[in-house]
Amino acid sequence: MAKRVGGVVGLWDDDHTLVSAAYKVRQAGFVKFDAITPFPVHGMEEAIGIKRSWIPWVTFIMGATGCLAGIWLQYWTSAIDWAVNVGGRPFFSGPAFVPVMFEMTILFAALSSVAALFFACRLPKMDPSIIDPDLTSHKFALFIPENDVGYDAGRVEQLLRQVGAKEVRRISEY
Amino acid sequence: MSSVSRKPLILGDKTYKDITDDICGPTETFPSKGWFGLFLGAKALFIFYIIIVAIIISTGMGLLGVNHPIAWGTMIVTFVFWIGIGHAGTLISAILFLFRQKWRTSVARSAEAMTVFAVMTAGIFPLIHTGRPWLDFWLLPYPNQRGPLWVNFRSPLLWDVFAVSTYATVSSVFWYVGLVPDLATLRDRSKTKIRRLIYGVLSMGWRGSARDWTHYEMVYLLLAGLSTPLVLSVHTIVSFDFAVSMLPGWHTTIFPPYFVAGAVFSGFGMVVTLLTLVRRAFPVFKDYITIDHMEVMNKIIMTTGMMVGYAYASEFFIAWYSGNPYETYAFINRATGPYWWAYWIMVSCNVIFPQIFWFKRFRRSIPVMFVVSILVNVGMWFERFVITVTSLHRDFLPSNWGMYAWSWYDSAVLFGSFGMFFTIFLLYLRVLPAISIAEVKPVLYVGKKPKHGGQHG
Repeated sequence: MAKRVGGVVGLWDDDHTLVSAAYKVRQAGFVKFDAITPFPVHGMEEAIGIKRSWIPWVTFIMGATGCLAGIWLQYWTSAIDWAVNVGGRPFFSGPAFVPVMFEMTILFAALSSVAALFFACRLPKMDPSIIDPDLTSHKFALFIPENDVGYDAGRVEQLLRQVGAKEVRRISEY
Repeated sequence: MSSVSRKPLILGDKTYKDITDDICGPTETFPSKGWFGLFLGAKALFIFYIIIVAIIISTGMGLLGVNHPIAWGTMIVTFVFWIGIGHAGTLISAILFLFRQKWRTSVARSAEAMTVFAVMTAGIFPLIHTGRPWLDFWLLPYPNQRGPLWVNFRSPLLWDVFAVSTYATVSSVFWYVGLVPDLATLRDRSKTKIRRLIYGVLSMGWRGSARDWTHYEMVYLLLAGLSTPLVLSVHTIVSFDFAVSMLPGWHTTIFPPYFVAGAVFSGFGMVVTLLTLVRRAFPVFKDYITIDHMEVMNKIIMTTGMMVGYAYASEFFIAWYSGNPYETYAFINRATGPYWWAYWIMVSCNVIFPQIFWFKRFRRSIPVMFVVSILVNVGMWFERFVITVTSLHRDFLPSNWGMYAWSWYDSAVLFGSFGMFFTIFLLYLRVLPAISIAEVKPVLYVGKKPKHGGQHG
C-alpha cells in the first residue's frame, strides 16, 4: 500500500465472531480486505484467504549464502591471502572451520528474515494511520478498501453490520 | 479440547482489555518504593563496577589473581557464568515455542530480556581479559596493514568470538521482533506526546493487519528455529575453549552437552530468582506468572540439575576407566585437593539442594524456590571456578603447580557485574511490557470455559 486508500471499517469486540465475519465478507466477493487485530487470530489466514508467507525462501537462500560466505572467508584468509602454518595443520582446515560456517549461516538467515519481515510489512512506516487506538488492545476490525472488487460504500456498510460489526465507519485513508 | 482438563494459564476473570491494562500498567505509573530501593542499590553497585573496571583497565590485569599457572580466572569464570544464564531465556523463548508449550508465553519476554542483558554483561569479561581492551578489534577478521595478517580460524577462542557475537545479535533481534506489537499497544495507549513519539518510533508503525501477522508469525517461527541450534552451539563452543586443549580436567568429550545442560540449569535458576522478584514488585503479574508456571520451571531446574550431576559422575568414571594417571589425579584432586571446598559447594548446590523439588509443597513455595534458585547460581558459578581453576592449578608437572591468588578486585568485578545486570533489568521492567501482551491474549481461554462459544485451537 504505497499510496493510502480509503474505505469502510467495521469494529468487533471479540475474535471469534470476527473470523466468521471475515469468511462471510470473502464469500461476498471481496479480495483486498484485511483484518486488524491486537494479536494473531487463529484461523484468520484461511478466512481471508491469505497465502503462506514467502519469507522462508529468503531465510533459506540467505542461510546458504552465509554458509558459503563463512567458507570463503576462512578459505581465502587462511589458505590464499596470508597462509600461516599453525602447528603443521593444513591451510584449509575443514573441520576447524565448521563452527564459524555455522554461526555465519545463522546470522545471515536470521538478520535477512527480519529484514524481509520489515520489507513485507512495509516497516518502518512513518505516521501510520490508526483507525482506532483500541485495535492494538481489545478491539478487532475488518477493513474493506475502496479499490476492492465491487466496492460500494453503502453496500459495504450494510454487509459489515449484517456480519456482526458493533460499529461501522467510513475512513478517508488507511 | 482434550479430555484431560488443563489448568488455566491466566488466573482471574480477565478480558483482553484487562490484560492490556495490567501489563502496560507498570510502564505508565510512578514506580513503587520497592522498585526505587532495588534500583538505587543496583545502580550504586553498577557505578562501583564501572570504577573497578576502569581501574583494572588502566592499571592492568595484574590486579586480579591471574598469574602463572592460573592464567584464566574470574574474568573467564564469570563470563561463562553469565553466558550460561542467558541460555534459559532462549530455551524458553525458542525451544519451548517449537514444542508448543503454551505456558511459556507469560515468562518468555522477561526470560528473553534476561538473555540479552546477561550476554551484554558476559561480553565485557573476555574483552577485559585480553589485557589490552583498546586492541579488542584485533579479534575480528578485518583487512589491516600488517600483511594483512588474519585471525586464526582454527582456534576455539575465535569460534567463541563468532558464536557470542552472533548469539548477542540474534537474541536481541528476536527479542525486539517480539516486542514490536506490544510497543504498538503502548504507542496507542500513550497519553503524552513524548511517549507517543518514543513508542511510535520503537514500534515502527506496526498496525497488526492480518497480512502482517502472517509474515510476523512465520518470522517468529523461523527465528525460534534458528535460535534453537544457535543456543546449543554457543555453549558447545564455549566448552570447546576448554575441551580442545590438552589439560586433564578440560580435555573431555562430555563437555558440550554438560555445559549446555549446566547453562540451562543456571539460567532457569536466574529466571526463577527474577520472576519471584517481579511477582513481588508488581503483584498484578501474579495472575499471569502463576505458581503453576513457577512449578514447571522448578521441575526443569531439578531435571537439568540431575543431568549436571550425571556429568559430574561420568567425569569421575571416565577418569578411572581411562586408566590415565593424570586424568585420575585431576579428578581426585578436584574433590579432595586444596580446592575441595569449591568442589563440594558445587555438588551440594547443583545436585543435592534441588532434590527438594521432588516434593510438590516445596516446588510451589515461593520462599523455598527463591533460596534454591540462588543456591543454584552460586553452585553454577563454582562449577565454572572448579573447571577453570582446579584444572589449571595442578597440571602434568609438579614444578608447574600453584594457587589462584584471589584478590579483592576479583570479588569486586564478580559482584559489580550483578549491579550492571540488575540496573538494566530494573529499567527494562519500567519501560517495556514485561509480559508479552500479544502472546498472552491468545492463551487467555486455555483451561477455561470460553465466553463466546466456539473456541479455536
